[in-house]
Amino acid sequence: MSDIDIRKVVQEELNNIAPEFDMTTVDPAADLREAIDIDSMDFLNFITAIHHRLGIDIPEIDYPKLITLDGAVAYITAHLGSSKS
Amino acid sequence: MPSLGADMEAGTLVEWLVKPGDWVKRGDIVAVVETQKGAIEIETYQPGQIERILVDLQSKVPVGTPLALIRADGEAKPAAAPPPLTPPPPPAAAAPPPFAPPAPPSPRVITPVPPPVVPSVAARAASPAARKLAEERGIDLSIITGSGPGGAITYADVERRVSAPAAVAPPEKKKAPTLDLAAMRTAIAAAMARSKREIPHYYLEHQVDVTACEHWLAEKNAALPPDSRLLLGALTIKAVALAVRRFPAFNGFYRDNKFEPTQAVHVGVAISIRGGGLAAPALHDADHLSLDELMSRMRDLIQRTRAGRIRGSEMSDPTITVSSLGERGVEVLYGIIYPPQVAIVGIGKAVMRPWVIDGAIGPRSVVTVTLSGDHRVSDGHAGALFLAEIGKLLQEPDKL
Repeated sequence: MSDIDIRKVVQEELNNIAPEFDMTTVDPAADLREAIDIDSMDFLNFITAIHHRLGIDIPEIDYPKLITLDGAVAYITAHLGSSKS
Repeated sequence: MPSLGADMEAGTLVEWLVKPGDWVKRGDIVAVVETQKGAIEIETYQPGQIERILVDLQSKVPVGTPLALIRADGEAKPAAAPPPLTPPPPPAAAAPPPFAPPAPPSPRVITPVPPPVVPSVAARAASPAARKLAEERGIDLSIITGSGPGGAITYADVERRVSAPAAVAPPEKKKAPTLDLAAMRTAIAAAMARSKREIPHYYLEHQVDVTACEHWLAEKNAALPPDSRLLLGALTIKAVALAVRRFPAFNGFYRDNKFEPTQAVHVGVAISIRGGGLAAPALHDADHLSLDELMSRMRDLIQRTRAGRIRGSEMSDPTITVSSLGERGVEVLYGIIYPPQVAIVGIGKAVMRPWVIDGAIGPRSVVTVTLSGDHRVSDGHAGALFLAEIGKLLQEPDKL
């Protein structure tokens, strides 16, 4: 899965939670909680969706690494790679 | 037409999920009603066979109007008055509904235009934004495949449909229920104004060290997949539900100038709606739910509420409300009691604070828990004990 595809998946899942935002215009380095107004339940739903869709495990302790769009893409890219090897 | 809130006077029947001849059991969802709070699913409390539908689609009828007749199992067919879906009891089966709309007393058989029974328009979960877009563009949600959680229709799904060439969009189809945020604001304003007019509130706050909860959660969640993980919010709701059993003056309804305490603890969970709106549907029997059950029900409740799919009983029967503005919220919030309830508990965000434990100062995670109580029913002394009990319960999360 390419970096672009992963970004698309992340954007889609975030869009399911915050449909009123155009994820392509959200600052990829911004804290998503503020940028698209999501709460802890929304974030948990996002993590759950990524887990189901891509099959990677995201422990709670890693949540801060996924709090920006760029961070989430980087984290998923790294973990998809390691789970395949 | 059940009353789904203190200020509801009428509701519009937008969908029947049953037809004459269908068998229903207690708790089945039989219809969808559009109110100021959005589309609400109506459950039946009477098991039996649907004898007759009394209210047409798109009819707006006052609270108390019988919606349908249900014949109980074994009840003779021509017998008088099978009980209706909602109180009050109707007159004999042959009589027209007491509040029948002034329009035609339509004796015609109500078999609405091909009733899309199973995956019907209103039965589809969809985000409020998706519903709004679909409504604006005259798109039938039932023709869209949802890609959201649980097959819910998302904004993007509708958008794809909009841009799809020559999409069939029959605008004459009945309109899908929507979350009308302006109407919701009117309902909130009415309930809150009434509360401030009628309820002599008093306010208390209590700081609770939730470090033990956070450690316990971190340890428990580390071994769980995301869909089984718990949030601190589930612990606080459970603690409130357990505590209020010992302090019944905060659980129940104030009606007709007197307080009616209730045995059941149905915690109303204040849920913010994207775009600006608020609903506080009930988590039924929260005191009897395990934390895992409570968490999964809360997740489901929040998802359905935000998609505009609340059930009638969830709207009408919370016995106490808990409001939490979440981790990005404020440290302290004082709620306004939702009538006819008599108390609302506010949970602030957890913050790190220097705290004295066993004579030494250390960093602890602290939450401010508040109580807005009704002075017609209780006093600050009882309120203080109630808050202290919530705090005590949160010190031993494994026992919640």
